[in-house]
Amino acid sequence: MYSKKVLQRFQKPKFAKKMKDPSSKGKVGNTKCGDIMEIFIKVKTDKNGDEIIKDISFLTYGCVAAIASTDYLCEIAKGKTLEKALKITSKDVVKKMGSVPAIKLHCSVLAQKALKEAIEEYKNKKEK
Amino acid sequence: MAKTIYLDNGATTALDPKVDETIKNAPYGNPASTHSIGIEAKRALEEARHVIAKSIKAKDNEIIFTSGGTESNNLAIKGLAFADNKKHIITTKIEHNCVLNACKWLETQEFKVTYLDTDKEGFISLEELEKAITEDTFLVSIIHGNNEIGTIQDLKQIYNICKKHNVIFHTDACQSYTKTDLSAKHADLITLNAHKIHGPKGVGALYIRKGIKITPLAHGGNHEEGLRSGTVNVPGIVGFAKAVQIAKKRHVRYMAKLRDYMIKEILKIPKTQLNGPEKNRLCNNINISFRYIEGESLGSFLDAKGICTSTGSACSSHSLEPSHVLMALEDNHERAHGSIRFTLSKYTKKEDIDYTLAEIKKTVKKLRRLSPLARV
Repeated sequence: MYSKKVLQRFQKPKFAKKMKDPSSKGKVGNTKCGDIMEIFIKVKTDKNGDEIIKDISFLTYGCVAAIASTDYLCEIAKGKTLEKALKITSKDVVKKMGSVPAIKLHCSVLAQKALKEAIEEYKNKKEK
Repeated sequence: MAKTIYLDNGATTALDPKVDETIKNAPYGNPASTHSIGIEAKRALEEARHVIAKSIKAKDNEIIFTSGGTESNNLAIKGLAFADNKKHIITTKIEHNCVLNACKWLETQEFKVTYLDTDKEGFISLEELEKAITEDTFLVSIIHGNNEIGTIQDLKQIYNICKKHNVIFHTDACQSYTKTDLSAKHADLITLNAHKIHGPKGVGALYIRKGIKITPLAHGGNHEEGLRSGTVNVPGIVGFAKAVQIAKKRHVRYMAKLRDYMIKEILKIPKTQLNGPEKNRLCNNINISFRYIEGESLGSFLDAKGICTSTGSACSSHSLEPSHVLMALEDNHERAHGSIRFTLSKYTKKEDIDYTLAEIKKTVKKLRRLSPLARV
C-alpha cells in the first residue's frame, strides 16, 4: 500500500524530535481523527534581513503517512523564508513523497496546517 | 529481512501440508453425476460431511457446505429472514462485518434490528438480550468467539433464552471452531469455515438444525438440499474435513499458554491495556492498546522486522473508521487507534514470541518519543 520510499522515510525520519527553545510551535489534529501533528520552528534573520526557518522539527501521533509526510514537509520548509514556507502546499509534500494512497492524502494537509500555525504564532508573538 | 513471523492467524492461516496433500488427491468428479467418477466424489463429500457433523455433534444432513464464513452468515440471516413472517432480529455491536452488513441491508428491506451493547470485555448481557426479544423477533445472531478481542460468549445460556422465547439462535463460530467445545446442542444455526483452521480458503459450512426452514440465496441445480446450488467444491470440502480431523486439543492448550505468556510480557510495558477478557478468551487471540501511539505505525515497524499483525486503528481501514468492536467496548478513539492484534497458530514458536516482544518494546519506545501526546 505504501511505496518503499515512504516506508523508508517513516522508519528513519530526519526531523522527528522535540525542539528545545523553539521560536514557536503549531499543533493540529486530535485523537478522534487519529493524527496529531506538532511542528517546532526556530526563526533567524539572515543577512538580507529576511526571516528564515533556521531549524524545524516535529512530533506526530499518527500513521505511517502522517509521520513520513510531516518529515518531508520539514525538509521542504527548512531554510525557506517564512513567506515562502507559508506557500508550501500539501501538493508539494505529496510530490516529494512520490506516491501516497489516496485515502492518506489528508495526512499531508495536516502537516502543512501545523506549519502554518507555527508561523502565525511566531508572527503574533513578534507583534506583541 | 530474516524470517517471517506470522501473527495474523485471525485473518487467515497457512494451509497445513497434510490438508494440501488431501486436496491434491481429492476426486475431481461432480457428486451430482451418476457414473463411477461422480459416485466416488459423492462418497468423499459425504465422508467429509460426516466429519464436520460429528465435530459439533450434529447429524450429517444438518450440514450445508458453502464458500465460507461470509456466505454461511448471509445464508443463515437472510435465508431465515425471507423464510419467516416476523421482522425483528437481535444481534450485537461486535459482530463481524458480514453479519452487521447483512443486518443493515435487511433494515432497508423493512426489517428491524436491535444491536446489543456489550460490557467492557465484550460480553453481552443475558438480561438485555431477553428484554430485547419481542413477539416479532425471529432470530438472535451472536458471534461465538470474537475475531478482534477474542471474547467467547456463553452459547448455552444464550440458547436457553432463545428457546424459552421460541426464537432461532445463530452463531458465527468461524474463530472458535476447533478451538472451543462448540456443540450443535447450543445453537440452531452455526457458521463454520476452513481457512481459519489451516484449511483451504473458499470453503465453509452452515449447521442448520433439522426442521428449520431457510430460503436459499442462490437458486440453481438444487445442490446441498437445494439450499446452496452450484457444483460442489469437493476438493475444498475434503480439505476442510482433513483440517478438522487434525485439529487437536493439545494445539489449543499450547496456543493458550503462549497467549498468556505474551499478554503477561506485553502488559509489563507501561500504559498498555488488554482488549477483551482474560478468561473465556480465544486461545490464540491477543489484543493490546498502546497509549500515545497509533497501531498502523507500530504494525508497519513490526512488518519491516518480518512480523505480521493487524490493527483496529482507523488509519489502516479503508473507511478511516476505527474498529467498531473496540469502539463498542468504550468510546475511546485513542484506545482503538493504538490497538494491535496478534493471533497465534499451532505453528507459532515461543522464540518467535520472544523476538516479537523485543521488537514491540523497542518500537513502542521509539514511537512514544515521537508522540506529542505524552512523555513517558
